[in-house]
Amino acid sequence: MAVETHGTGTLPQIKGVKDVPYEELFVSGHRTCQGCESALVMRHMVKASGPRTIVLGSTGCMYVANTTYYTTPWVVPWMHTQLGASGSAALGTAAGLKVLMRKGKIKDEKINVIAFCGDGGGADMGLGAISATLTHKDYNCLVLLYDNESYANTDIQLSSQTPYGAVTTFSPSGTKKRLMHTRWKKNVPGMLAAGHPESRYIAAGCAAYAVDLMNKIRKALELGGPTFVHTLDPCPKGWDYHPQYSQELGHLAVETGIWPLYEVMDGVCNLTGPTRQIAEGRKKRKPVYEYLKRQGRFAHFLDEDVEHFQAQVDKMWTEWLIPGVIPFTIAAKDQTILKIDKKALHEQKTA
Amino acid sequence: MAVQVKEREHQDVETEQLMSGCEAIAEAIRLADVDVMAAYPIRPYDGVMQAAAKLIANGKMDVEYIVADGEHSQFEIVKHACAVGARVFVGSSGVGWFYAFEAIAVTAGLRLPVVAICGNRALDDPGAFGTEHNDSLAVRDLGWLLPWAETAQEAMDLALMAWRVGEDKRVSLPVAIGLDGAFLTHSQAIVKIPTQAAVDKFLPKFDLGDRLLHPDNPITIAPQVDQDWLMEIRMQNDQAMRKAHDVISEAHADFKKLFGRGGDSPFLDEYMTDDAEVVVFGQGTLALPMKVAIRRLRKEGHKVGLVRLKWFRPFPTQEIVKSLSRFKAVGVIDRDYSFGSPYYGGVLYNEVRSALYSLDKRPTIVGFIAGLGGREIEQAMATDIFEKTKAAADNIKSGDMCHWIGVRS
Repeated sequence: MAVETHGTGTLPQIKGVKDVPYEELFVSGHRTCQGCESALVMRHMVKASGPRTIVLGSTGCMYVANTTYYTTPWVVPWMHTQLGASGSAALGTAAGLKVLMRKGKIKDEKINVIAFCGDGGGADMGLGAISATLTHKDYNCLVLLYDNESYANTDIQLSSQTPYGAVTTFSPSGTKKRLMHTRWKKNVPGMLAAGHPESRYIAAGCAAYAVDLMNKIRKALELGGPTFVHTLDPCPKGWDYHPQYSQELGHLAVETGIWPLYEVMDGVCNLTGPTRQIAEGRKKRKPVYEYLKRQGRFAHFLDEDVEHFQAQVDKMWTEWLIPGVIPFTIAAKDQTILKIDKKALHEQKTA
Repeated sequence: MAVQVKEREHQDVETEQLMSGCEAIAEAIRLADVDVMAAYPIRPYDGVMQAAAKLIANGKMDVEYIVADGEHSQFEIVKHACAVGARVFVGSSGVGWFYAFEAIAVTAGLRLPVVAICGNRALDDPGAFGTEHNDSLAVRDLGWLLPWAETAQEAMDLALMAWRVGEDKRVSLPVAIGLDGAFLTHSQAIVKIPTQAAVDKFLPKFDLGDRLLHPDNPITIAPQVDQDWLMEIRMQNDQAMRKAHDVISEAHADFKKLFGRGGDSPFLDEYMTDDAEVVVFGQGTLALPMKVAIRRLRKEGHKVGLVRLKWFRPFPTQEIVKSLSRFKAVGVIDRDYSFGSPYYGGVLYNEVRSALYSLDKRPTIVGFIAGLGGREIEQAMATDIFEKTKAAADNIKSGDMCHWIGVRS
């Protein structure tokens, strides 16, 4: 028996800035830093989802700095969840609503369920639970990972999303070791898209491209089932730059090709925004140095570090199967994978 | 919230069935119309999840049955389902229980009436499947109600009590029922299964009221309170735990009226204590070998008895004081350990001694650690426990020690 999956079905795509809803569901009361892009993601997220939404927030900046007793910024119902529990919170809430509606214990209606987590909560501790949730296709819920590339709430410690070489309080640049952190950033949305073929929507966005981000959130909620959106959020405190440049850094992350914008919808990958323009050759990728030099966390970089960073990003664009999404390369001598006759395989199976 | 019914009116339509403790709990899940449950395998608690899965697969009940990716997720899933108004069930054992510990702690902090079983199991390492109570007892300070069952029947009855008491607005706390691994989780006995109509009379619908997380009630749950408010909130939990005592008594009285079971006291089960001079005190299935020993020793003329604790949290201090002050000596048997504790005793030993401290006339209280890792409490060990307790009767200070029973030298 097919499992019934229904999205909210009431969230049309936003056609431009003038089409963005006026209604604010994330308002004053939060205590995030000036220039906090993650707070902006929260605002866009609930603007896109509308008032019939339940938000679950895992521990991190968007809990501790964001949701203080008596001064909650949340107009929609909101509940804290544990650092590694965003996936489980989304699942439990969606399952609870579903069964209560089926049994007639609450009114049967469309309620959006969104659980958010930071990069620490989502890409490190909570990755397993998010992965599990993305396989439960009969529950409608969105997990949003706001990625400011460090444990920014606990004093800027490195996470698996901290870029190569960046200074954090766990990776200071010292006299003996210039680079304490030499791991490359984990490819979370690509990994989740590749590993969860039944999730109908997985996307990478950025608040600097607000309409694109809101539309991604709407698509995720509208398609239904368990979905995932990952945003890259410039963080003045963690990245060490003046708060007025947050949007600019978001643009640069995308324009340098470091943070590709894309969506994987029902198994089909679309590059979006400037990422698409770069891929189509309509826009030139900016050198990563343009992005790195604007941030204090890379101030200790020597030319060789910048070159390594650039080479890794170049590789992502020139060698990956899908730039920024699927990191496999195919050996030049062996193109068997590309030559597979899918039609013949299908006929063979049905014969 | 007293239930107005004629005494034992449903007795005639009850059914009886041979079932294990786990299967009895699964029947309680069906009767309680649970909405969401989350499973993850670990022995021995998972017998209940297997039994429940069969009931669902055969159309006997309608529950969202989620197989989680670990115990932490398991407990988080039901916690969040509970917050939107679902009646929930979950459980674990031993180290699995500990893997969920963070979620277990916050569930009590959130005052969400999750009902769980802890199929008591030794904590690895080294590996052991058998009963030890340290898994359940680890949460004793956090605000979970902790009943312990002796039989499969009591397991089912306590589960029905658990939703009733935990979901009561005066309490609103999670409940973890202790089931001794193997001895109770997997041993079968005849269980009386009540009718749905009777259970519906006993167990009201779950209603979170103004704490429900829903777009029609857009509250913010568990914001950052820090030192400004945490102490007031902790004190509310304390008050809820205090109120739980009377709510349990009330539920027990109603349960007895409806189903005709449950014993005289909701908190203590006394066996041959009327004229007893020396008793043993403990919880769970160790009551069975001790009862056998008591019958044997009584034939030899010894005035011995048993007091079994049914609810460890809330600790029924007054009931224990009233009961145990009647005896010359009490041997407290712990199926747990608390390394480095006062007199190197078990958890129960020190709790009982603390409860009796201010009495003018106190019995001697001797500590015993027995049956760890699921080791059988044999008759020779039971005799040893009674002899040591009796020998300590005349000197209160001789209770300032704890004996390990049945240990190879």
